[in-house]
Amino acid sequence: MEPFVSHSGRAVPLRRSNVDTDQIIPAEYLKRVSRTGFGQGLFAAWREDPSFVLNQPQYAGATILVAGADFGTGSSREHAVWALTDYGFRAVIAPRFGDIFRGNATKAGLLPVVLPEAAVTALQDAVEAEPATEVVVDLDNRVVVAEAAGIKAPFEIDDYTRWRLMEGLDDIGLTLRHVDDITAFEHSRPAFLPVTG
Amino acid sequence: MAGSPHRTLAEKIWDAHVVRSAEGEPDLLYIDLHLLHEVTSPQAFDGLRAASRKVRRPDLTIATEDHNVPTTGITGPGVPLTGPDSPVTDPVSRTQVEALRKNCAEFGIRLHPMGDADQGIVHVIGPQLGLTQPGLTIVCGDSHTSTHGALGALAFGIGTSEVEHVLATQTLPQVRPKTMAITVDGALPEGVTAKDLILAIIAKIGTGGGQGHVLEYRGAAIRALSMAGRLTVCNMSIEAGARAGLVAPDEVTFAYLEGRPHAPSGAAWEAALDYWRTLPTDAGAAFDREVTLDAATLTPYVTWGTNPAQALPLASAVPDPGSFADPATRTAAERALTYMDLKPGTELRDIAVDTVFVGSCTNGRIEDLRAAASVLRGRRVAPSVRMLVVPGSMAVRAQAEREGLDAIFTAAGADWRSAGCSMCLGMNPDKLSPGQRSASTSNRNFEGRQGKGGRTHLVSPEVAAATAVTGHLAAPADL
Repeated sequence: MEPFVSHSGRAVPLRRSNVDTDQIIPAEYLKRVSRTGFGQGLFAAWREDPSFVLNQPQYAGATILVAGADFGTGSSREHAVWALTDYGFRAVIAPRFGDIFRGNATKAGLLPVVLPEAAVTALQDAVEAEPATEVVVDLDNRVVVAEAAGIKAPFEIDDYTRWRLMEGLDDIGLTLRHVDDITAFEHSRPAFLPVTG
Repeated sequence: MAGSPHRTLAEKIWDAHVVRSAEGEPDLLYIDLHLLHEVTSPQAFDGLRAASRKVRRPDLTIATEDHNVPTTGITGPGVPLTGPDSPVTDPVSRTQVEALRKNCAEFGIRLHPMGDADQGIVHVIGPQLGLTQPGLTIVCGDSHTSTHGALGALAFGIGTSEVEHVLATQTLPQVRPKTMAITVDGALPEGVTAKDLILAIIAKIGTGGGQGHVLEYRGAAIRALSMAGRLTVCNMSIEAGARAGLVAPDEVTFAYLEGRPHAPSGAAWEAALDYWRTLPTDAGAAFDREVTLDAATLTPYVTWGTNPAQALPLASAVPDPGSFADPATRTAAERALTYMDLKPGTELRDIAVDTVFVGSCTNGRIEDLRAAASVLRGRRVAPSVRMLVVPGSMAVRAQAEREGLDAIFTAAGADWRSAGCSMCLGMNPDKLSPGQRSASTSNRNFEGRQGKGGRTHLVSPEVAAATAVTGHLAAPADL
């Protein structure tokens, strides 16, 4: 996983709530067996509308998505995260996220930033007024800054997730450091538990 | 609460699975059962190969082909995946199914392929085989894994990186969730189903209401539900934002499990029963949040919008977005009505549909098919309607055929299909065309969920069948 310490880029406002993972990447795009190439399916249905925000030239090259509440609800498809990163996004800012999406994002190097509704709206207003506004998502200091717009919004993220993202660590490698604990636990499991074989 | 002598069901299961706990880190949780399907697993197996890792516990892992498989042309075991006689016509779907077969063979994982007698939707076959048991931790790369909570298992959906993690380590680092009690007192009135109940719950707490929580469904109305009804309720926990839903194991659970292929037997059954009886939430245990509903006030529910919380009693009208005080809710309602091509004030019963889908991990069990068939018996599907009946598993299909339900469906003019996820998400050829409108017993009415440009109204099997007869949203009592 690519480490995430601080990212500076332009942002695109997506003024919609309940953006479910079926919208982020529709099911027909889930048939690939690789982790790459999902960007072409990102918001596939919505991108057919020429006025959709990602089609507006002033937001081309933006790397931070600023969305409404309950972003990434619904299906557990990690393809939604892969579609966002493949398209070029490094962070998504929203007032609330679907639990599974949020977990998937932190496993794949996409930073989900929870900010209060008012701060999200202020950021959306700022980038709509001036699409070239530079937005800094600083994980190290847990703050989102849009200096030109006078926005400085601190966010919360637990220490462990922050550390893992900043180091770009592989969870499996971390867990396997405790393989003896897993083996010991397995010896304590009751005999009546089911096996598939 | 952690450390309290009185614990909830969720806390008991959690505590019994903590492999390692350290200050400032998520708990490392042992996983008792890992379910796989073809869509969310190929990249996980690639990851294992890239790191030269093995599957730690293939004996706690099981796979099935469900999302991509067609529901026609399934001639039986050994139905070909390739060649002119294969029912799979989409080469990309075929590649994904082939990848699952290759991965299961390479890593020694039991697979129920297309055509197999035990093939079916992953959340239908787990309980059916008796693999889903009280007190287990169960994961799957599918958000509807919450279904298995109906038997008192802590079951939740995960992403593909987590699938790889479980394959490699049989554990998952997880932050302890909060707990929410959803207590449904009283009795459901005649004609009101588990599906109506869960739609009413989601409408009450919202699509984000359960975020960060495990829901425990409690109260007299939950206790009175059959196992099929409990599976329907727990299935849609994720639609309220909760990764997991639970019902405490009781005599209904034990009667359901006894004698199933993977349920314990003999002395092991007695040992398991003793353990299972310790699991229900202790009197005096505290939940982080509590919600109550009165079952007696409920009526058949249907959705009118594009998320599952946008639901109302069938006897209502399409709401006016202006009636919502919250600006985000209002905007979402406006967007939903535009997408759904509905006008405020239209009676829900006046909405005409062209497609009816009975099936999915929400309502694809034998009880659901019996309910739909009981409405259709001696009646005809309206000429303007295409009705698909897709059993949740091949075993459900076989049982339905033993009971003659297939004959009722086909006599009524419905299509009788083989098992799979089918039109719930349209990854196989069963889809809505742009502009088509369905009454569907599935779980998601998102934009384009059942096919690009398609419009979905979520309903119970009973309402689906009555709607098929009249051609517009209807309950059996309307016939």
